[in-house]
Amino acid sequence: MTDVTDVTHTSDVLAPTTPDTGHEDLPDLHAPPGAGHGPEGDHAAHGHEDHGPTGILKWLTSTDHKVIGLSYMITSLILFYMAGIMALFIRLQLASPHSSLLTFGQYNELFTMHGSLMLYLFAGPFAFGGLANYVVPLQVGAPDMAFPRLNALSYWLYLTGSITMMGGFLVAGGAASFGWVAYAPLSSVQSSPGIGGDVWIMALVLTGFSAIFTGVNLVATIFYLRAPGMTMFRMPIFTWNMLVTGILILIAFPVLTSALVMLFCDRHFGTHIFTVSGCQTVTGATHFLSNGHLYPVACGSPLLWQNLFWFFGHPEVYILALPFFGIVTEVLPVFSRRPVFGYKGMVFATMAIAALSTGVWAHHMFTTGAVLLPFFSLLSLLIAVPTGIKFFNWIGTMWHGQLTFNTPMLFCIGFLLAFLMGGVTGIMLASPPIDFATHDTYFVVAHFHQVLVGTAVFAGFAGVYYWYPKMFGRMLDDTLGKWHFWLLFIGFWVTFMPQYVVGLRGMPRRVASYPSDLGWQSWNIVSTVGGFVIALSFAFLLWNFWKSWRHPIPAGDNPWDAHTLEWFTTSPPPHHNYTHLPPIRSERPTWDYNHPDAIVVPHGPHAEAVARARSKEPVG
Amino acid sequence: MKVEALFLLFLGVFFGLVGLVYWFTSYDDGGGMMLLGTSLLGFLPGLYYFFWHKRFGGKKFFYWGKEHGAGDRPSDRPDATLDEGAGEIESFPGSSIWPFVLGMGAFLTLVSLVFGIWLIFPGIALIISAAVGVTAESRRGGHV
Amino acid sequence: MVGTGLLFAGCKVPTFGEYSGATTQARSELHLWQLFFIAGLVVGGFVLLLILWAVFRYRRRSDEIPKQTQYHTLLEVSYTIVPILIVLGLFVFTVLSENKVDATPPRPAALIHVYAFQWGWEFSYPGGVKVIGQTTQDPTMVIPTGTDVQIDLKSLDVLHGFYVPEFNFSRYASPGYTTSFDFNALHTGDFRGQCTQLCGLYHSLMFFNVRAVTPAQYTTWLRTEQALVKAKPSSVPKLPSGVSGATGGTGSSTNNAGSDLYGD
Repeated sequence: MTDVTDVTHTSDVLAPTTPDTGHEDLPDLHAPPGAGHGPEGDHAAHGHEDHGPTGILKWLTSTDHKVIGLSYMITSLILFYMAGIMALFIRLQLASPHSSLLTFGQYNELFTMHGSLMLYLFAGPFAFGGLANYVVPLQVGAPDMAFPRLNALSYWLYLTGSITMMGGFLVAGGAASFGWVAYAPLSSVQSSPGIGGDVWIMALVLTGFSAIFTGVNLVATIFYLRAPGMTMFRMPIFTWNMLVTGILILIAFPVLTSALVMLFCDRHFGTHIFTVSGCQTVTGATHFLSNGHLYPVACGSPLLWQNLFWFFGHPEVYILALPFFGIVTEVLPVFSRRPVFGYKGMVFATMAIAALSTGVWAHHMFTTGAVLLPFFSLLSLLIAVPTGIKFFNWIGTMWHGQLTFNTPMLFCIGFLLAFLMGGVTGIMLASPPIDFATHDTYFVVAHFHQVLVGTAVFAGFAGVYYWYPKMFGRMLDDTLGKWHFWLLFIGFWVTFMPQYVVGLRGMPRRVASYPSDLGWQSWNIVSTVGGFVIALSFAFLLWNFWKSWRHPIPAGDNPWDAHTLEWFTTSPPPHHNYTHLPPIRSERPTWDYNHPDAIVVPHGPHAEAVARARSKEPVG
Repeated sequence: MKVEALFLLFLGVFFGLVGLVYWFTSYDDGGGMMLLGTSLLGFLPGLYYFFWHKRFGGKKFFYWGKEHGAGDRPSDRPDATLDEGAGEIESFPGSSIWPFVLGMGAFLTLVSLVFGIWLIFPGIALIISAAVGVTAESRRGGHV
Repeated sequence: MVGTGLLFAGCKVPTFGEYSGATTQARSELHLWQLFFIAGLVVGGFVLLLILWAVFRYRRRSDEIPKQTQYHTLLEVSYTIVPILIVLGLFVFTVLSENKVDATPPRPAALIHVYAFQWGWEFSYPGGVKVIGQTTQDPTMVIPTGTDVQIDLKSLDVLHGFYVPEFNFSRYASPGYTTSFDFNALHTGDFRGQCTQLCGLYHSLMFFNVRAVTPAQYTTWLRTEQALVKAKPSSVPKLPSGVSGATGGTGSSTNNAGSDLYGD
């Protein structure tokens, strides 16, 4: 740790001043440009006359978390639209029982890639690579993420991984078609011989490492780079959720990457880790005779793939959900003009959700007949408790508030309603007998779309509309935003409610056709119409982006009168984020600064002492 | 560092307990190993932070009071003022081409396993040049 | 608690979209489903009302900043404890039903080996009787009503899902191990079945049927088929006639092809 001082950019970042006594005296964080160099002589000689790379090279070499975060968000949104178009094809195919729109092979590729893009390439990277990358350093008062070059590497691995994944459509034999879960032995080289499967595997190895590096960066930034006074229990809930997400990434993704490597070995290096072909006869022989000795037949276990995959897979869906829960916990207080209700409860509930979610993986395997049902059932049912705590805290935040329904708030309400029902159906699925009746039917498809669309889409776009002014210094049109919301909301319920019905009547998932005499077609048609309404809603989002570009409405530093630290700096934030910082005495430093007479009502055993101390301290 | 240590040690203890319960009720190797690994993921850094806190924080670990040790970092003390955080924070390397080069190298290396093993040569070449470049950059001082 | 379960069994509660179930295990699952559905309606409805109330009642009325309370310890503790109790209750009922559904009886009246393959089913009875069909040939598995029928399920290649919607039940067929479960059919009838676990190109077409007949009809049918197998080993099994909807003669390939169909 000796030679690192020569690249310090923040050596004068917190110039010593008198303690702040009023708004005017906030310490200036940035020495004028040209300073900030270390003692190395030849570096000082360059000064700041050269403004660094420009154009495309500037993007290729940037390590600024804001640039990387935006790159992630734009890339993932493009992939979201692509996956959405795949979904439209799926819905068109299912609108009639024996449609000839797609062949069975093409259909299998489409749902595999729709799921893979949405789960691996949109929801996760948008949340932890995009929004968290942009927002977390701002929220903790840091100049950048802890490891900026590692951050940039994460993005390039993600981009190349995404290109690789989409490249599957272009190879001979087409893209992977074994589902986003790639169960063995269907994913073996005998059952899925094309290189589409290998392309899929490599894409996920790349994006898996990308996620792991981002997880490392998030945890390190949150542990080490908080501004003075920003104790752990004063961090915004979004940042807390990203910390927990970062740890979950470190728990889950290495397991996936290892399993993918093993799958690749099975496919190409002759191993039998997951496959049993040729090694067991129907009579169940497990040994063969050779030279008078009995040798065990070298068999793999398809069950092992499922165990490994779902040990990743279940924390993965919470990796996808927790950042979006965090967004909701940012937006609701701002548009209710109240603090988060039950802050500490939220923190502990998030930790409980993450901890429990790592122990429930085999609830995706109830129907194998080979897992410990009560253990996984109990833990899965228990996840309802911390999730319920979060719900009650969100409602408590709105209670007795002054609610305004700008677009971000509408999307949050949409999330609450969608996730409520999705969560209830999840509780049903946590019960093995009910799961036996509904597993791999459209009931499950409807459940996970409700929770995933509820979080990644409703809450995700709440985040887009909320933080867009901070990122670009201009507002998104609220009327167009409301059109987006209402079309999405209506389309969402119209698409997924019929799927519960046909699921309960026995329609399996991942089917390209279904019998025409069971009355399923009308439900499927309704669902398809809903899908197109959702697609239309996203046209409004594109219109909104275009409009804000051509006819900008300037946003100030804090157009929403929001609470957390990032709203204190300019929109967009300057290089290294902050020129001034307010005193940090609660989890709402910007609100405290702007509304010193409306700080959180002191509570608990030390309430009186805190109130007395607060009245003495000249909060800026 | 107390909260960080507690957080990670909680994970270590929780998954240790869950792992034990799971092992003795199912004897499943796969799940047992994964839960053990997760428990270690909590204990290893958690114990490190625990000892870090004891060395610098001073106060007893399970003490819930509001006083803080003299060695607590400014970001751990609720009454810290901004000038306490003055001075060097960390190195934040500015523009650098090496992450892009390393990313391309990793990409080529991995797809060489699918599309043609000859791609591994440019891939490894890019990886090595990125490793050299990053090291040189750190020593020399990258662009702000 | 068991009494409450029985109470549910007695009342005329709607099925909420599920099949009423043609086996005893299916009925047990149905009652559990009804319990969860009602609990979900109550809890979900309560939370929905809270959300809607907050959204309508607390719309912005003025510029006044509302009271900035952040905690209410008693409330928070109660909405932690109460859900835990609800969840534990649901778990208890789950285990009760699960034990019924998952149990395999010590001495089943019939034991049928089911083999799933890409893309069809083989039902193998004692005495060398096999019913085999691929995709839309829709092989039919014959079972007797009113007694325990054990199924031993296995796959010959990739994972498949053995799913009978009207039995409210499914189980994976996996290569490498055999899994067992049982049915106790409540009445005669034809019940459709389908593969639910993605298994390749013709996954959508992997249909089968379950036909429940009276024990007497079952015994007659089985004896006839066993005799046929002895006499003409390549004969094709016929369905028992006299059952509603029976047309006789499904099964599509020679009797003793079976597991030899795909090597091994």
